[in-house]
Amino acid sequence: MKLLVKGGRVVDPANGRDGEFDVLIEDGRIARIGKSLPADGGEVLAVQPGWIVAPGLIDIHVHLREPGQEHKETIATGVAAAVAGGFTAVACMPNTDPVNDHPGVTELILRKAADANLARVYPIGAVSMSSRGEQMSELAAQKAAGCVAFTDDGRPVASALLMRRALEYAGMLGVPIVDHCEDPSLKGDGVAHEGFYAARLGLRGIPGVAESIMVERDIALAALTGGLYHVCHMSARESIRAVRAAKARGLTNVTCEVAPHHFVMTDEALETPIRYDTNVKMNPPLRDAADRDAMLEGIADGTVDVIATDHAPHHADEKLVEFDRAPFGIVGLETCVPLVFDRLVHAGRIGVSRAIELLSTAPARVFRLPGGSLADGAIADITILAPDAPVTIRASALRSKSKNTPFDGWQLKGAVVMTIVGGRIVYRNDL
Amino acid sequence: MLKSRHLLGIADLEPDEITLILDTAEAMTEIAARPIKKVPTLRGRTVVNLFFEPSTRTRMSFEVAEKRLSADTLSIAVAQSSVTKGETLLDTVRNLEAMAPDMIVMRHASSGAPHLLARLCRSAIINAGDGMHEHPTQALLDAFTIREHKKRLDGLKVAIVGDLLHSRVLRSNVLLLNRMGAEVWACAPPTLMPTELSRFGVRPTTSIDEAIADADVIMMLRIQHERMCGHFIPSTREYFTLFGLTPERVRRAKPDVIIMHPGPMNRGVEIDSDVADGPFSVILEQVTNGVAVRMAVLYLLAGQEAATD
Amino acid sequence: MPQVMDADRMSRALTRIAHEILERNRGTADLALVGIRTRGVPLARRLSHLLRDINHEEVPTGALDITLYRDDLMRHAVGPQPVVRRTEVPFSIDDRRILLVDDVLYTGRTIRSALDALIDFGRPRSIQLIVLVDRGHRELPIKADYVGKNLPTSLKQSVQVRLQEIDGEDEVLLDDPAPGQGA
Repeated sequence: MKLLVKGGRVVDPANGRDGEFDVLIEDGRIARIGKSLPADGGEVLAVQPGWIVAPGLIDIHVHLREPGQEHKETIATGVAAAVAGGFTAVACMPNTDPVNDHPGVTELILRKAADANLARVYPIGAVSMSSRGEQMSELAAQKAAGCVAFTDDGRPVASALLMRRALEYAGMLGVPIVDHCEDPSLKGDGVAHEGFYAARLGLRGIPGVAESIMVERDIALAALTGGLYHVCHMSARESIRAVRAAKARGLTNVTCEVAPHHFVMTDEALETPIRYDTNVKMNPPLRDAADRDAMLEGIADGTVDVIATDHAPHHADEKLVEFDRAPFGIVGLETCVPLVFDRLVHAGRIGVSRAIELLSTAPARVFRLPGGSLADGAIADITILAPDAPVTIRASALRSKSKNTPFDGWQLKGAVVMTIVGGRIVYRNDL
Repeated sequence: MLKSRHLLGIADLEPDEITLILDTAEAMTEIAARPIKKVPTLRGRTVVNLFFEPSTRTRMSFEVAEKRLSADTLSIAVAQSSVTKGETLLDTVRNLEAMAPDMIVMRHASSGAPHLLARLCRSAIINAGDGMHEHPTQALLDAFTIREHKKRLDGLKVAIVGDLLHSRVLRSNVLLLNRMGAEVWACAPPTLMPTELSRFGVRPTTSIDEAIADADVIMMLRIQHERMCGHFIPSTREYFTLFGLTPERVRRAKPDVIIMHPGPMNRGVEIDSDVADGPFSVILEQVTNGVAVRMAVLYLLAGQEAATD
Repeated sequence: MPQVMDADRMSRALTRIAHEILERNRGTADLALVGIRTRGVPLARRLSHLLRDINHEEVPTGALDITLYRDDLMRHAVGPQPVVRRTEVPFSIDDRRILLVDDVLYTGRTIRSALDALIDFGRPRSIQLIVLVDRGHRELPIKADYVGKNLPTSLKQSVQVRLQEIDGEDEVLLDDPAPGQGA
């Protein structure tokens, strides 16, 4: 089966490409990239000039909630949301019910993903049994079943000893350990960033150092063990500083990610436009302007490797409660591309090439996934983007089962036109 | 006229609204001196007191205020456990609204709970204390008490000492006193101070002597015994040594200083008994004034309710 | 606005009323004056002084705020809550003969509220009503015992009493809106 993606600006940082090219796809793989390619009997997809043809975007931090919390999201609805957001692949977190600490759960996830047949799903397994931080799970068995990384996300790996051992053991398997960095005693029962707004609103605070303390600990252990280490959802300026210093010291086994809300919003959102809006409650919390600016700086100077959404669906009933009681998290798959293009690219902070690096090239590299590049013979996972198209975020129109987003009504520039997985068009936006 | 149909916090009140409430409360005080302590103003109106946190003083004060205005009152003390059994706050209130109360007076352990209800429910909401956030009627009765003694609020030095971090009384009082032109000093150990306290418009200090020097008003806040877990203070004994209000310390304030406390007091922890019961203490007056202030609030808001029918 | 009473006529009316009070009540024993806020209060005080001048006896005087007793509270479609002022009745009204004083008698609803308020204060022996102006259009069976001036009006007109103590001068004005204007 042949498909020719004609015209369009191909942006492929992995192969140093940025220009107008045609892409010929055959049997689910990239056959050729070049100028004025013949269709050769295949279907022709004419791409508008100015539109971007990129390797499929990959979100390496997504909560698909299945098994066990299907009222919030299922794998089927999750991957539908993913492709609508331009993602050809997602890596899903293990804090399901039961926790994904066993190949049985990994296999269930892969089977459901295959049934849905939209975005590729790469399970991330739990570091410890039930993510309780006591007993390491069978990392090798989980890797064989299909896990691409390990984390106890939702929780930190609180024990430094367990973190050390996990880095060593997973390092042997060539698989990264991902940490949700947070010192439990400093976090306490906090629900918002410890700053002026939480103080004014009477909300218990979580200081930035609760996160950075553990980032620094983990970096030391990564240096000690040589294991592959990835910090997920960074929010505090001290964390960026720690990673920047680690990379400057030459540590190539340390990578990190930032979610869009942490470089777009601040804790002022706790009060404006809606006071105590639970759609602004997530962990790690929105921090102050200096922290947000540090995220932007880290994205621009290369300290940040990956943008990942931390897509965390919650049912409306669960969020329509007092701030203290609401669960942490917002959905992110379908708001990521407009936010990245509007607030980073159009705002002049990074170029398109860097944006694709953050959303595709680097995620594939960090988790050693297929994709992230449009080389000859690579899998034909492609995302086509219209960087100047206006987008109005409508929570009610999201394909995710849950609509918990603070971006409802936001007008941004940057839309997904089409998502292609293995040469098959799985999402199409009639712009 | 009050601009909002709710009283969620001092944050939403302009100075002229605060003055209106205090002036109205002044007229209400006379009713307590009558043989028949009742006026028919809220006759036929139903006010529900929905208390998710235990409270004797505030709830009683609201009940008395409501009854003096001839309203029908219904007090519901919701044990925390029945809420955790599954019914959400929203469902509890919506069920209540199906019985058509005119106003709901609510105290809740979560900051922002009344704001959630004001956004999503029909009734007028009076905040009787939400988590660590605000306790507007307390600040109003405190201001009323100060005004009775000092004839004004602007230009006074007010020292507030105690667990500032967890106190909704602090937040409401700071907002009100700042808005009305008073100079507020806030004193506590650093462990019990909210982040960026100086941005709140107060002078923060860890020295009680500095806070109290030449103060016109001293307001003591409760230290809960639970604060020793969480490592806020090593012991109540040490707290009293550093931050307790003793007769010796009171002498550093102005000779006509008034001593206040929202209650309930921990004698010997934040305040010496001799001070609490001494000649400068207006603590019991605060309680009396609480009824008049709450009557004023109910009266002024009840009118709003009808206006939006 | 046309003036229907000037300071002089007001003064003579009040003097005449003071004499009527003494005549009907055979002296000032057990009498007490209660002025209805706002303008009934200075009128009550003036009557108290007049009675003292004539009879050389002090008649206690109080001020009554009837806002909380109004039957039209909470019924307004728009408009702010009326301001409540202090009631000051520093004497017992039990077994007294109360002289209720107001500036204008119109529908009678204010007086009804005042009667309710007084009865909450105690059990007076009797209540008599003194008004400076009676403009008619009663909606309740209320009648004044002492009237300064009977002033027939239409519903479109409004009567304004101005007093030295509050407004800087004494006069009674009748506002007649031009044709086409509202009441």
